[in-house]
Amino acid sequence: MKRPSLGSILFGLIPFAAICFPVALWDRIDPRVLGLPFNFFWLILWLLLTPVCMWGAYRQEVPRNSNARRDSEDLAP
Amino acid sequence: MSESLIALTVISTIVGIGAFLGFYAGARYRMDLEQWTVAGRGFGMILVWVLMAGEVYTTFTFLGASGRAYSWGGPVLYILAYQPLMYVVSFYILPQMWEAGKRYRLQTQADFFRVRYGSKYLEAFAALVGVIFLIPYVQLQLTGLGLIAEVASFGGIHRTPAMVIAFVIVAGFVFTSGVRGAAWVSVLKDLLLLFAAIFVGIAIPRHYFGGVGPMFTALIHARPNHLIMPGATKAFGHSWFISTVLMTVLAFFMWPQYIGACFSSKDANTLRHNAVIMPLYSITMPLVFIVGFTALLVLPNLPDGDLALLSIVRKTFPAWFLGVIGGAGALTAMVPAAVQILTAATLFIKNFCRPILAPSMTDAQVARLAKAAVLGITALALTSAIYSSTSLVGLLLIGYTGVAQFFPGVVLGLYSKRVTTAGVFAGLVTGVAIVAILGLTKRDPFHGLNAGFIGLCVNFAVTGVVSLCTRSETSRFADLVNEPVGN
Repeated sequence: MKRPSLGSILFGLIPFAAICFPVALWDRIDPRVLGLPFNFFWLILWLLLTPVCMWGAYRQEVPRNSNARRDSEDLAP
Repeated sequence: MSESLIALTVISTIVGIGAFLGFYAGARYRMDLEQWTVAGRGFGMILVWVLMAGEVYTTFTFLGASGRAYSWGGPVLYILAYQPLMYVVSFYILPQMWEAGKRYRLQTQADFFRVRYGSKYLEAFAALVGVIFLIPYVQLQLTGLGLIAEVASFGGIHRTPAMVIAFVIVAGFVFTSGVRGAAWVSVLKDLLLLFAAIFVGIAIPRHYFGGVGPMFTALIHARPNHLIMPGATKAFGHSWFISTVLMTVLAFFMWPQYIGACFSSKDANTLRHNAVIMPLYSITMPLVFIVGFTALLVLPNLPDGDLALLSIVRKTFPAWFLGVIGGAGALTAMVPAAVQILTAATLFIKNFCRPILAPSMTDAQVARLAKAAVLGITALALTSAIYSSTSLVGLLLIGYTGVAQFFPGVVLGLYSKRVTTAGVFAGLVTGVAIVAILGLTKRDPFHGLNAGFIGLCVNFAVTGVVSLCTRSETSRFADLVNEPVGN
């Protein structure tokens, strides 16, 4: 099976590096942001940033996988 | 009209509309096995999104997440961590899985094991493991439904008749409409759930504290350690967090029903696109947590954390609104249960009974028997939901740790040329044995680490070592390398 490209995998590692491994750094209450405890805020922020990273991965993968089907570039359902 | 009657009328109406959609969705199609299990591989982006969201956000996410925010505190954040990360993992697995599925007409996860590794015993074992770990998950949906009926009727309706009625409906639309029914009920369910979560997540803290910020300030004053790990728990610290998040994100798309949802997509890029945008859907989860935290301040002495969301909604809003939340919750139990039952039934007949007992069975016969098995599996889950009382959370966690053990076989099967049937078989058996022993003897977490994570590490090691010690086999997927799939 065709493997994902290195570039797209690197994009995918960013959210892991931000959310999973440094838990000891972000699991704190202060500073509060928008009234939220910091750990809460950090994870909500990454709900929004993860799609940005994965969009980068998507740009890497889609051209490699749509040689016969131009319409898959089109995001419409 | 009494309050409970109003709430129950609203719930019944919502469930009734859902049931109608479920039956109607399948009415226009001839339900052969391909149509029933993977909807003829015809779903575009929106239906795949809705079906996946419909299956992923179960009653456990809805009642369980607020309940854990209430009773655990900080460790509940693992839900907010694994949800975006599991879609990241799916980006690198599901499109390739879909291509294999398209090429070899796979309908279930066990089909993948048969075709990739060429062993009917591995296929049957994978199917059996899938069915065994799915049943407690179905049972959990049932219990959630029972809770909703009990709270919404102010204790007037016992949970048993409510579960029986709801599951006759679910079995009915699985029987007639297959996965199409589930997807269409999901549309209604997702809209209601989104509306419900946003509304209660904002309105409830506002009602009691004037906003989310003041609510958190009050909680930090009242219970300074509740919001950071390990919160109100003893063992759920940072090493538990990391091992659980890793185990869950790897396990998630190993649930056999999500592989089925993946096959229902019309192309591979739909799945990539979905993986990019799905994390946004989790934005409702923090709101559900906020309701749980508020409940802890307002109703600190509930007997069961899972009652937190419904109890505070009942205390805060008029009866009809409790009905809307209850209806959304009921559909949230019914949709995932429908797909879980469908998957378990198909796995059991197609991938366990057929290869072992009756190799000559045709697909049409499989489809007929699988529909009969829907009734059997529903009855089994219903019986265990009625008679077993405790530790459903424990059962679900065993389920996760169990399906995580499919990961090496699936991922190495997709990407490695060197992995062998014996290696995958040995790894799967070892991994399942480890999580079963640790789970059943209640030693999860084991020395601060998630049991499924330990099982998965050993599983990988065994798979690797045994594969290297056995003669290499040619992968049937080799011809898919660097070759676009024709449509």
